[in-house]
Amino acid sequence: MNGNMKDASPKKHVSLSLTEDEAVNFKKKSQLKEVWRRMRKNKMAVVGLCIFTVIVLCTIFADLIVDYDKGIDQNIEIRLQSPSAEHWFGTDMYGRDMFARIIHGTRYSFVMGIVAVIVGITIGGTLGAVAGYYGGIVDTVIMRIMDTVMCIPFMLLSLTIVSALGPGLVNVLIALMLSMVPNYTRVIRSAILTVTGMDYIEAAKSCGTPNRYIVFKHVLPNAIGTVIVQATMSVGSTIIAAAGMSFIGMGIQPPAPEWGSMLSEGREYMRYSPYIVLFPGLAIAFSALALNLMGDGLRDALDPRLKD
Amino acid sequence: MTPDKTQEQPLLKTVALKKYFPVGGGMLHAVDGVSLEIAKGKTLGVVGESGCGKSTLGRLVLRLLEATSGEIYFEGRDIRKLSNEEMKAVRPQMQIIFQDPYSSLNPRMSVYELIAEPLIMNHVCKNKKELNMRVLGLMRTVGLATRFVSAYPHEMDGGRRQRVGIARALALQPKFIVCDEPVSALDVSIQAQILNLLMDLQDELGLTYLFITHDLSVVKHISDEIAVMYLGQCVERASSEELFKQPKHPYTKALLSAIPIPKLRPDRKKHIIRGEVSDPIDPKPGCRFSLRCEMCKDPCMGRDVELKEVSQGHFVACRMYEEPGFADDK
Amino acid sequence: MQDTLLEVKNLSVDYETDEATFYAVNDISFKLNEGETVGIVGETGAGKTTTALAIMRLLPARTGRITGGEILFKGEDLLKKPENEMRLVRGALISMIFQDPMTSLNPVMTVGKQIYESLEIHNLEHKSKQQLEERVDELLELVGIPARRKNEYPHQFSGGMKQRVVIAIALACEPKLLIADEPTTALDVTIQAQVLEMMHDLKKRFGTAMIMITHDLGVVAETCDNVAIMYAGELIETGRVEDIFEGTLHHPYTKGLFGSIPDLETSANRLHPIDGLMPDPADLPTGCRFHPRCSQCMEICKTTHPKRVSFNGHDIVCHLFTEGGAGK
Repeated sequence: MNGNMKDASPKKHVSLSLTEDEAVNFKKKSQLKEVWRRMRKNKMAVVGLCIFTVIVLCTIFADLIVDYDKGIDQNIEIRLQSPSAEHWFGTDMYGRDMFARIIHGTRYSFVMGIVAVIVGITIGGTLGAVAGYYGGIVDTVIMRIMDTVMCIPFMLLSLTIVSALGPGLVNVLIALMLSMVPNYTRVIRSAILTVTGMDYIEAAKSCGTPNRYIVFKHVLPNAIGTVIVQATMSVGSTIIAAAGMSFIGMGIQPPAPEWGSMLSEGREYMRYSPYIVLFPGLAIAFSALALNLMGDGLRDALDPRLKD
Repeated sequence: MTPDKTQEQPLLKTVALKKYFPVGGGMLHAVDGVSLEIAKGKTLGVVGESGCGKSTLGRLVLRLLEATSGEIYFEGRDIRKLSNEEMKAVRPQMQIIFQDPYSSLNPRMSVYELIAEPLIMNHVCKNKKELNMRVLGLMRTVGLATRFVSAYPHEMDGGRRQRVGIARALALQPKFIVCDEPVSALDVSIQAQILNLLMDLQDELGLTYLFITHDLSVVKHISDEIAVMYLGQCVERASSEELFKQPKHPYTKALLSAIPIPKLRPDRKKHIIRGEVSDPIDPKPGCRFSLRCEMCKDPCMGRDVELKEVSQGHFVACRMYEEPGFADDK
Repeated sequence: MQDTLLEVKNLSVDYETDEATFYAVNDISFKLNEGETVGIVGETGAGKTTTALAIMRLLPARTGRITGGEILFKGEDLLKKPENEMRLVRGALISMIFQDPMTSLNPVMTVGKQIYESLEIHNLEHKSKQQLEERVDELLELVGIPARRKNEYPHQFSGGMKQRVVIAIALACEPKLLIADEPTTALDVTIQAQVLEMMHDLKKRFGTAMIMITHDLGVVAETCDNVAIMYAGELIETGRVEDIFEGTLHHPYTKGLFGSIPDLETSANRLHPIDGLMPDPADLPTGCRFHPRCSQCMEICKTTHPKRVSFNGHDIVCHLFTEGGAGK
């Protein structure tokens, strides 16, 4: 083949594939199992996961745990009671059972926080990924729009959207997630930009991998760490933001038990009966904590470089 | 693959290939009119210092970057004129091995996934079993033990990672591979292992390489023909032996004498060129090397110097060889 | 000229992390005379840079630990000096050049100021500001940079120029010993030739001794008087440069290193690399550290650490050699 070809080397087997009988049995470790195994090692993440599971169970089985009516029916005679065997978390200024309100509140606050963040991140993430990966004019258009939106303060923007759409759970949700989009777009775009500069993106292109596959298989998994941390951090603040809206009457309408509005309503009675703010406060704090711990653990578990 | 046939049609041929990048102060001439030919089963080494456009050239011929102008013929077809669909069919035949085995492998994919990716993307295998066998077969070809099948890149050393990179490039059974500094990031003993592997593969699979490197001893070892690049242009092209025996271009001479040789020879005359590579942004017409060249004279400026054949298969772009008597009246 | 400037005796360095202890340098000894250059050659992870940092006492404070040995500089043990005295030694008597010129200069300070600073720190003769500024100009010209460029910032210089600035800083106080850690690895070959030539000239002019750390045997052949070949934290072969490059007795690893480099002059067809990989410094093999990769490995190599065998100042640590006689 070649005149001054390199001297005879022991010819090796060169077929690029094994034959049937040469096939070695090997087990490919399932990726999910690996992630789970690594996650389990992280104690804090497991704690977070446990709290999260409890909250999710509360959301699903709220009606079985405690009657919704107990948290809605007013009874002035038993107002502002301290925790007791009958009312585990005490009662509020209208004599409603706080335990029932907290448990049923998961259906509003917790679900709203998570849904808003998930949808917000999906929209923001897609926009950010497109802007970061394709660059050029697409990038400029998307980012300038986001910059414009970002000029408007978060609360003002959500309020404007709710005023336009009218109060109510769904509308508050829409308002919250739309206001979050620019922030996520920005964060994810920068994460994507770092990744697209890597050689393995070019390597994938050179073997004919289509663009959408590159984005989902190569770019996003390597940018996911930032996204997870951002997402879990903002669940808590989203719950508070929703509370703020309820407070000025633009959010979920009373008497629906929403943690944020319970906090703000109870503010006046805080000095005589602190339980009235303590429990909704704890509920929000635990939800946020559980998600943060879980998010950190998940980020580390998803990264094979941090294995063991 | 008979000798006469390879003479007729080179596997890859570029004609006046150019790539300009717009930068702040004008146009950066990364590759400026490079014409090359590589015969089937041979290796063309491309040497030059950092910033001479050799890596850009490698990406241009694979159309990973779109050229500004020029033609690229692969098996006689100008691939710059192919549609995206047609290009998809050609792409598997032209692959690349990257310099840095650390950044060219996705850290979140295992060795199996990395090697399987090109196979899956091009629907090469009919079923899972066939895919498994192909992946394991490729691993054996490049000398990777089966126990690494579910390892991640960060768990392996540089040499093994580079083997994964080679397995990926081989997966689609290409005819042509661009090796972009495949051994520069490796230690000498590992470097030698990889070079031997690349040469064995060429022997056995009849591959054609475009071997890009800054290391002259490596390029001499692996190449049949060598092209020397300076500031986006090819200044000299000759067979490997000829180039080292009789370098013609002043830059090639300087480059060769600058290599530290692991031998004691106090009498070796060093020929050190002064100055540094000048700015590739909007260069003035004329010989790009003239600013550092000791032989430089007026005619070197003003007009670009063409690559000319001075002896059988030896091309030089230098005024000295264009005009007889140029060097004498110095 | 033949006074011993630096003597390293049985130096060992470990890195301790939470997971494991890495034995980076294991019981090495070498001598360096005034004005001479010794080249330390080895692959990544052989412990070359650790040796240099140990001499400078610049090992990472939290993990690096010198577990034994002496470093005698002009007869004084550097390891026994308190930190404040050591600070006077660094820069003034011993200085170091790092591999990457891009990161060893402060990007927000002009190069002139950076040279000035190192002069000012060691200004024991209380020279005036004027005198120091003049010295800065002089140093820049010395390394081939026009003095008018002293008010420019590092990013305005090319890689080769930056390395010249780094060398100017290192030579500012005319140290007795210069440690150069892969000074030209990041540079292009023509620039490398320029920088090496300049270092050679300056070394002769100031009579500076030098430790040249490199993986490039070509650079060693051009610049060094003595060579020490390092593998897995040990010096497996030391000697005059003639012994290493022209002698016939070699450690198998040295042979492997030479066999791995493509030869420019003959057209050898196939390289003869060393099989296998560098051992993990946390888990070094027993006996001879090289035995798992050695083609001439014997039973004794697996269990017993070989002794140093000397042939007229050419030392080899290998069981193939016995005192006074050649190898088997």
